[in-house]
This record gives sequence, C-alpha cells and structure tokens, in this order.
Amino acid sequence: MSAPAVEVQNLRKVYGSGHTEVVAIRDATLSIARGEIVGMLGPSGSGKSTILTAMALINPPTSGQVAINGTPVLDGSKALVDLRAFRRQHLGFVFQKANLIPFLTALENVQIALEVNDTAPKAARQRALELLDYLGVAERANNLPVALSGGEQQRVAVARALANNPSLILADEPTAALDSQRGRQVMELFAKVAHERNAGVLVVTHDHRTLDVFDRIVDVEDGGITERPLEQPK
Amino acid sequence: MNLAVRDIRHNAGRFVFTTVGIGLLLMIVMGMGGIYRGLIHEATLLVDRVGADLWVVQGSTRGPFAEISRISATLEDRVRAVPGVARARRFVSHTIQRVHRGRPLRMVVQGLSWPDDRGAWIPLVAGRALRQAHYEMIADVSLRLPLGEKITLGRDAYEVVGHTQGMVGSSGDGLAFFTVSDALAIQFDVPGEAVRLERAARRARLENIEIGRLQPLLLDRAAGPSSSIPALSKPQVSAVLVTLHSGADAAAVRATLGNWPDITVYSTQEQKDLLLSGMVDKAKRQLGLFRVLLIIISTIIIALIIYTLTLDKIRDIALLKLIGARNRVIGGLILQQSLLMGAFGYALAWWIGQFAFPRFPRLVVIETADLVSLGFIVLVISTLASMLGIWKALRVEPNTVLSA
Repeated sequence: MSAPAVEVQNLRKVYGSGHTEVVAIRDATLSIARGEIVGMLGPSGSGKSTILTAMALINPPTSGQVAINGTPVLDGSKALVDLRAFRRQHLGFVFQKANLIPFLTALENVQIALEVNDTAPKAARQRALELLDYLGVAERANNLPVALSGGEQQRVAVARALANNPSLILADEPTAALDSQRGRQVMELFAKVAHERNAGVLVVTHDHRTLDVFDRIVDVEDGGITERPLEQPK
Repeated sequence: MNLAVRDIRHNAGRFVFTTVGIGLLLMIVMGMGGIYRGLIHEATLLVDRVGADLWVVQGSTRGPFAEISRISATLEDRVRAVPGVARARRFVSHTIQRVHRGRPLRMVVQGLSWPDDRGAWIPLVAGRALRQAHYEMIADVSLRLPLGEKITLGRDAYEVVGHTQGMVGSSGDGLAFFTVSDALAIQFDVPGEAVRLERAARRARLENIEIGRLQPLLLDRAAGPSSSIPALSKPQVSAVLVTLHSGADAAAVRATLGNWPDITVYSTQEQKDLLLSGMVDKAKRQLGLFRVLLIIISTIIIALIIYTLTLDKIRDIALLKLIGARNRVIGGLILQQSLLMGAFGYALAWWIGQFAFPRFPRLVVIETADLVSLGFIVLVISTLASMLGIWKALRVEPNTVLSA
C-alpha cells in the first residue's frame, strides 16, 4: 500500500503572542490517500486556508508534522527538506482565480511548471500539449490567458498543477469565480484527475452543489478538523 | 523558455518608450565622448599637419594657441642660421569674427610663410594651393565660402581658391589659410582715423621732449608708417616653425635656441600637451561630469522602470515561487529585462548617432575603444539597475498569490 499523498498530525498554528495570540489551527490531523479527492468545508475564518497553506509548505505551522508522499517535510516550523524543491516535485496548486501568467500562452503556462522542474524545453512542450489535450483545451494552447474564458483558464491551471505528476493537488476554492455549470465541470475534472492520475486532491470549497464529487469531506471550524460521515454528501 | 522576452513582448509599448528614452540619453553620453575626442582631434590637427619639429614662440609664453605669442618676423632668419635647422617658417594664427553676407563668420586665420610655404601640406578637397603672395585664401568647407567667393577682410578682398574639410581650430572654427603678410594685414588692420590719432600722439610726445625739439626730422619719421621707424619692430608673428635636417640633433638645436632669452622652444609633442592640458582639459572635465550625470540618470530610469515592471508582476513572481521556480529563474527574468533595455538603448543610441552626430556643430569622433567602454558601462548600469527589482522579487512570499 502506497504512502498517503499527505498526512498532517496535530497541526497547530498560532499568530501573535500574549494578549494578541490567535490560534488559527488547533491540533488538526488529516490524511489524504493517493487517488482520493477530499473536500474541505468551513465558514470564513475557520482556518481552512491556513491548513491549506501549511500543507502547501508556504506557511509553516507552529507545531505538528506534515508528511507528503511518505516523506516528512515539516516538523513544526522546521523544514526537513528544501521546501521549494519539494513543492515543484510533489505539489500542484489551483486557486480561486486561475492565476495564469498573463504574458505566457496557455501552453507556456503549463510548460513553465515543467521547465522549473528541469524538464527539457522540447519534452516540456510535448507534455504540456498532452495535458491541455487531456483537459480539453488543446485548441487554445497558443492563446494568452486574456483570450480564454474563466472555465478554460481554470482548466489550464489544472493542467499546470498536473504538470509534474504531483502526489498532492491543493485547490483553494477553484470554482468560486465560475458559474455552476463550469464549476461542476471543474470539480468533476478534479475527481477524474485524482482517480485516473492517482493524486491526492484537497479542495477547499464553499460550493455545496458539487459535494457529490468528493470521496470524503472534512469540516473545519475554529481551526479544528472533523470528518463528515460518508453518506452525508451523497 | 525565456520569460524576460515574453514579458517584454507583453509590455512592448512601455519597454519601447523607455528604451527610446534610454537610447537618447546614451546617445548624448556617446556624443559627449565623441565631442571630447573631436576636441582633441581639432586641437591637435594643425600641430600634427603643419609638420614642424620645433615651435619657437615668445619667451616665457605658451603660445601660440594656449596664449598670445608675439615674436619678430625676422626671428625666422635667425633660426634658419642655427646648425641643424633645415627650414624655418613664420606662423601666424589668430581668430577673427566678421559679418559676411549678413551672417557672422568666425575663422581662424593661419599665415603661411610665403613663398617658402605655399600650403602644400594642406589636404585640399577642392581647388588649389596658394599661387600668389596676396589676396588668395584656402578655406575650410565649414566656413561655407564657395570657391571663387571673394571676402573682404580689412581693406582687401581675398578670393577662396581652395577648400579643406575638417580643418578647424581648437575652438571649432574653420581654418582659413593666407600668406603671412596677408594674415598680418588682417590682424593689424587699423582704421585710418586710428592711424591719424596715433601719429598725432607720437608728434605730441616728441614735441614735449628735448630731443624732439632738437631733432625736427624725427617728427617726419614719427609721422611715417610704423614699420619704417627704426625704434619700432617690424610686424610680429605668432611663432616660427622649425624643421630640422634629417639626422640633426634636435636636443642640440633646442639647446642653442634655448640660450636666446627672447624666445621659448617647444617640441611638437609639448605643443600638443599644452593644448590638451589647457583648453581641452577643462572641456574634458565638463563633458566628463555631464557624462557621469547622464549615466546616473540612465541608471535611475532603468532601475525605476524595471522596479515598476517587477511590481506589476509580483503575483506572477509569487506564483513562480509557489510552483518551485528557483531564485535564479526569477532574478534572471529581471536581470535579462534590464540588460535587454540597456542593450537596445545602446544599439539605438549608436544608430541615432549615425544620423545625429554629423549634424552636431562640433566634430564628433566616435572611436571603437570608446564604444566598447560605453558598452561595458551600460552592462554595469543595467546590472546595477536590476538589483532593486531583484531585491523586491526575492522578498515576495509565495503565499502572496493566495492572499491577492
């Protein structure tokens, strides 16, 4: 059995100190297997994004452990590996906005993720084309982001997240800027990616209309994570 | 994939306008360097071309270019008698400003020691050398006097018989070559009324002293031309140019001449050094200061534009960091943009200069070594200018992309 895509244990994140101390995450524990898509729900300010950024290795926790694909990477705020290198090799990101680089075409936006991971330009281009094709936007490969619809941009962003075959994809409200139909398409795309590409996918969302695509749902409230019973979203 | 080029393509308008501005600034920097070289060229042109081994000038002066030098025209004969001297020529040089055909005309009047020196050493682009002792001149084309044109200077009219090109003095004014006697006539042309006043003054002085009253003939002599008064010297020239015999001992000749208390002797190199350490040195420092200021301004402009371009793509830089791009990828993006801006600006400066420099009022001489050194300076300032943007980019946290 393969190691979980991500495993966080007793995660705790405290901002400030003394009278101004705010506990953003308290003893959060979560494990996501490869090939699994997990939805993370919770009200604004509950700590969802803080958990996500801790898993993304860009906002280290105050205490607790983070392991990705079986490799311990954070012990509290202490990095156990080169975090930037680890991010480019093992993680993929999708955001509320597609955050495509405006001066690169759709193809180049995917290609850059491969090239920063030392893939040769020619191979990177080929792989990027395959991914755009897989996500149904190959015909827009040479368009700049400004010429793409919101849904197309999000698909390109997903292609970029998939570029280096990550073991974990983190998505922060990826459908918030899309209409319900396109939002659903993107969510189904995540499920497809998780199941077909054997990646763990964590999606932070407020969109209750698409909960059925998740294998599991966790609720975040006051910085703590609770598992929602499996039947409930279906 | 070259991110810098793609970003520039995306912000082409801003990049082009900034590069044009930088290019114009660098063109001025380039031009100022060229003007300095031109000053040296112009200042030393005549000294180089005239082909003298020694310059004999008024004692204790640094003439005839750095300051006024006046020596007797007969000195030419004394110098010629020194062993080792092959040739001695009178040399007259002074600047005049007259009005010709309704426009001001400044020229450096050069006297050729006729008939010994007919200007054979002067590189003509049209016309011919001087053929007669009076009323002919060779003019530089910058004076805009066509061949055959007659110009009145003093009491006489002089016909332009030959043209030179690029023969200008250290002030940038075109050279005009006359015979020494014509050059002196132009220099010492005195209005009739001034002559009459001078004669009356001489007469009054003689009448007030005993010898004047005892020797009445002196009054007649005093009323004649200055050149016929024994107590007064003959017309004076600026210098005597000495050409030595082949194989002659220059040091010995110089030592002989150096014993004459009324003159000072300079070698051609010393004469050039005097020119360069005097007038040209001040211009050099002035131009150098302007160049430094313009280079600093260029650096600041490039730095600010690169910084602004960096701020515009802070989210993109944060994203690149998030997906794991190394610092050298991000730093390289900014550095390459800065270098491209500098390189295009430099190329543009050179290209515009090809059209602009020939139209500058002063000669602009662009030397390869100067182009290379300016290219190196542009490389350095472009690198320095990128530092601010790189510093900003490296401080960006990857989670900026999430919080934006």
